[in-house]
Amino acid sequence: MLRVENVKVPFDGTYVLNECDFEVGEGEIVVLLGSSGCGKSTLLRTVAGLENPESGKIWWGTQEMTEVPPHKRGFGLMFQNHALFPHRNVGENIDFGLQILRMTGIERQERVDELLSMVDLDGFQNRKIGSLSGGEAQRVALARSLAPKPRLLMLDEPMASLDRALRDRLLADISELLRELKQAAIYVTHDHDEAFFIADRIAVMHNGKIEQIGTPSEVWSNPSSEESARSMGHENFIELDDSGRCEIGQLGSSSGIVLIREDGLSIVPEETGIKGEVISAVFRSGITLVKIRVGKIELSTSIQGSMKVSEIVNLKISDSAVVALS
Amino acid sequence: MNPQKRFVWAFLFFLPVLFVGVFFYWPLLKIFSHTLDGERINEFWSYLSSKPFRQIAWFTIWQAFLSTVCTMMLALPAAYLVARFSFPGKKLFQALTTIPFVLPTVVAAGAFMALFQRFGLDQGMFRLHHTVWALLLAHIFFNLAIVVRTVGSFWAGLDPRVEEQAKILGAAPWHIFRKITLPRLVPALAAAASVVFVFCLTSFGIVLLLGGPTRATIETEIWRQAVWRGDISVASVLAVIQLGAVMVMVLIMNFLQKRQAVVESKVELNPERASRKLLVGNILLLGILVGLPIVILVERAIGVGDGYSFQNFSAMADRISLVPLSSLAALKNSLLFAVVAAVLAALLGGVASFFVVHGNRWLSNFLDFGMMLPLGVSAVVLGFGMLISLDTPPLDLRSSWILVPIAHALLGIPFVMRTVIPTLRRIDPSLRESASLLGASPSKVTKYIDFPIAFRALGVGAAFAFAISIGEFGATSFLPRSPDRLTAPLVLFRLLGAPGEALRGQAMALAVTLMVITAATVILIEGSVFKRETIRSDF
Repeated sequence: MLRVENVKVPFDGTYVLNECDFEVGEGEIVVLLGSSGCGKSTLLRTVAGLENPESGKIWWGTQEMTEVPPHKRGFGLMFQNHALFPHRNVGENIDFGLQILRMTGIERQERVDELLSMVDLDGFQNRKIGSLSGGEAQRVALARSLAPKPRLLMLDEPMASLDRALRDRLLADISELLRELKQAAIYVTHDHDEAFFIADRIAVMHNGKIEQIGTPSEVWSNPSSEESARSMGHENFIELDDSGRCEIGQLGSSSGIVLIREDGLSIVPEETGIKGEVISAVFRSGITLVKIRVGKIELSTSIQGSMKVSEIVNLKISDSAVVALS
Repeated sequence: MNPQKRFVWAFLFFLPVLFVGVFFYWPLLKIFSHTLDGERINEFWSYLSSKPFRQIAWFTIWQAFLSTVCTMMLALPAAYLVARFSFPGKKLFQALTTIPFVLPTVVAAGAFMALFQRFGLDQGMFRLHHTVWALLLAHIFFNLAIVVRTVGSFWAGLDPRVEEQAKILGAAPWHIFRKITLPRLVPALAAAASVVFVFCLTSFGIVLLLGGPTRATIETEIWRQAVWRGDISVASVLAVIQLGAVMVMVLIMNFLQKRQAVVESKVELNPERASRKLLVGNILLLGILVGLPIVILVERAIGVGDGYSFQNFSAMADRISLVPLSSLAALKNSLLFAVVAAVLAALLGGVASFFVVHGNRWLSNFLDFGMMLPLGVSAVVLGFGMLISLDTPPLDLRSSWILVPIAHALLGIPFVMRTVIPTLRRIDPSLRESASLLGASPSKVTKYIDFPIAFRALGVGAAFAFAISIGEFGATSFLPRSPDRLTAPLVLFRLLGAPGEALRGQAMALAVTLMVITAATVILIEGSVFKRETIRSDF
C-alpha cells in the first residue's frame, strides 16, 4: 500500500534521509527503530507531507503522494507530545477530523462515543485537556488520530513521555486496537522491546538510512551491521584478526567484527568450555544479568539462578549464534 | 504560492501598512517637511539658539531628570518589600500600586488639584499648585508603579544567598546594599529610569494643568504654538526636536534592555515575613503619595458645601455655560470613540500580528517595527501631525469625528500586537500539523487553531486599547474641531481650568467616573490574564 522510494531529505549540507526505501502492507504495522537523530522522525514527517523530499517518491497503491499536501493524504499522525488542542475539550478534540469531513452531527456524536469507548475513556467527552493524566492524554490523541479512519496511522514515539508501568499497559492496548481495526501503521521508537512487541516488521534506521528490514525474529537473529545490532540491544561485539581468530577461538575466516548473540552463550558445568571470570552480576526479575571476562573480551548474557562476582565459569558458544557483521 | 494566497498575504500586509502609513507616517512626514524644507531650515537653526527655546528645553530636561531621580529613590523601598518579603495582602498591595499608572493623566492632575485645594496648598505661602513641586509629585505618583513592578521582579530573581553570605562575613546592612545589591540591580534600575525619563519628557496633561501657564515644556509648547497661536512652523520645529529626543531615549532603552537579559540562576526560596517597620513605612509612604490624592479626589467629588451627596454626579447631565457640552455627553462621546478605537486596534493589530508571526520574514520585521513606532513618539506629536496633514481632499478628515478614534487606535495597536504576537508564537507547531493531518486545509488550520487560541489575547489587547482611548488627552487635544465631539478628558481639562466651586465639584465627579471606567477595564484585563489557560501543549 504505502511505498517509499529512494527518498532524500537534505538538512544543513548533509542528508537527514538518504535514499530511504520501504513499504507498508495492508493492515501491517512497521516499526522504525533507531537511536535519536537517526532520521526516523523525519522519515515519518516526510511520509505525512510535513517535510518535502529533495528527490524520491511516496506512493499509496498506484497513486503518487509526493506532491499531495498533508491534509489531503488521508494519513494520521500521533505526535510524541500528543499535541491536543488546548482550547477544545476531549470530545471536541476527537471530533476535529470529523468536523472537517463534514459528517452530520448525529454521525459525529456516534463516532466520538465509539472512539471514547474504544480507548476506554467513556464519560470523558466534556473533560478539559489540562485535567488529563499523561496516559489519558495519550489515549485521547490516539482516538483523535483514528477518528477520520486514516488509511495509514503514524505514531511518533508515543510512549516517550510515559512512565514504565503505564507504557507496558498502553502498548498492549494500542497493539490490540490496531490489529482489531486492521490498521496499517508506522510506529517510531528507539526502544527495541517496544518494537518487538508491536511490530509485524521492523525497519532498523541509522544515519538517515534503513539498515535492514524484516520480522522481529529475523532482524534480531541476523542483524546486518553493528549499529543495527546495537539498536536491538545486542552487546557482545568481538573484533577478529586477519585469520578470523580472537581470544575465545576461531570465530570466522577473516578479519572483521562478529556478534555473539546472548541466546548462544551458555554456562556449562564440565571443564570443556572456555574459562571466564564473572565481573558483574545483577539480579533482575528471576534472571541474573552477568558480565564475563575472557582475556580482554567482555561478554554479557543472562542466566537462571544466581552467580557471584569473581567466580570462574565455563562458557559454551554455539556456532549458530555467531553473526558476522558488515 | 498560488495567486489567491498571494493576494491574501498582500492584503494582510497592506491593510495595516496603509492605515499607519496614512494616519501616522504621512503626518510625520508633513511635520518634517514643514521644518526642514528650503528656507525654513534657517528659521529652524535660529529658533534653536533663541532664548525662549533654550529655557523650554532646559526646563523639560531638568524636570524630567528630577522627577526620575525622586521616583527611583522613593520606589526602591517598595521594590525591596515586593521582591524579598511576603506579607498579608501582597497581591492587593501590588494591584493598588498599579492603579495610578493606568489613570488618565487629566484625572491624576485633577486628583492633585483636589488635594491642594483640600489642604489649602493652592494659594498662600505653601502654594503647590502651579509650581514645579506639583509636577514632581504627580510624576512620582504616576511612575512609581512601573519602577516597583520592573525593579521588584528583577530583584526577586536575584539570589538572596549572596546577601546572606555577605552578612555571615560580617558586613553591615547598608554596606551590603551598596556593595552587593545595588551593583547587581543596575541594569534593571537603568532600564526603569529611562522609561520614567521618557514618560516625564513627554508628559503633557500634568504639565499643562499643574505646572501652570508660565511653565512650558517642549510638549506643552507644541500645543500652545499650534492650537493657541496657530504658529505651525514653530510647533513643527519643536515636534522634530521632541521626536529626536524620544528616539535617542528609545535607542538607549533598547540598549539597556538587552543588557538586562543577564539574569542570575533563579532560586525558589520562601520569602521572609516582612518586618512591621518596613511594612508600615512603605504603606505610609505610598499611602500619602498614591492613596491620598485618589481618596481626596473621591471625597471632593461627593463633597457639596459642608456635607456629602451625589449632587455633583447628577449634575453631570447639565450643560454649563463655559463648556460646549455636558459631562455626560462627553462621556458618551468617549465611550463611543473608545469602542471604535478598540475595534480598529483589534482588527488591524490582529491582522498585523498574524502577518508578523506567519508571513514573510523580512516584511514581518518591517511591519512589527513600523506598527510599534506610534507608541514611541509622543501623543502630542501624533495629534499635531494629524492636525496639519489631514486637511486636504481626499483626506479632509479634520471635521470628522473618526479622526479621534483613529489616533487612539494608533496608540492601541502596539498593545494589541504585544499581547497577540507572543500568544500566536507560543502555539506549538505540532498543534497546527496535527490539525493539518486531520484533514484541515491551511485556511481551516487558521480558523480552528490560531483564531480561537489567539482570541482571548485579542480581547485583552482590545481592552488595553479601550482603556488608552478613554483617558487619552495629548493627541486628542489637537483633534476635535466640532465642539459637540469633545471627549471626557477634554471636557475635564476645561472644567479644571475654569474658576468656581460648582464647576470644580463637577470636574471631580467626572474625574471619578473616568477613574472608575479605566480601573474596571484594567481589573477585567488582569482577571483574564490570570485566568488565561496555558496555551502550550502539555509536553
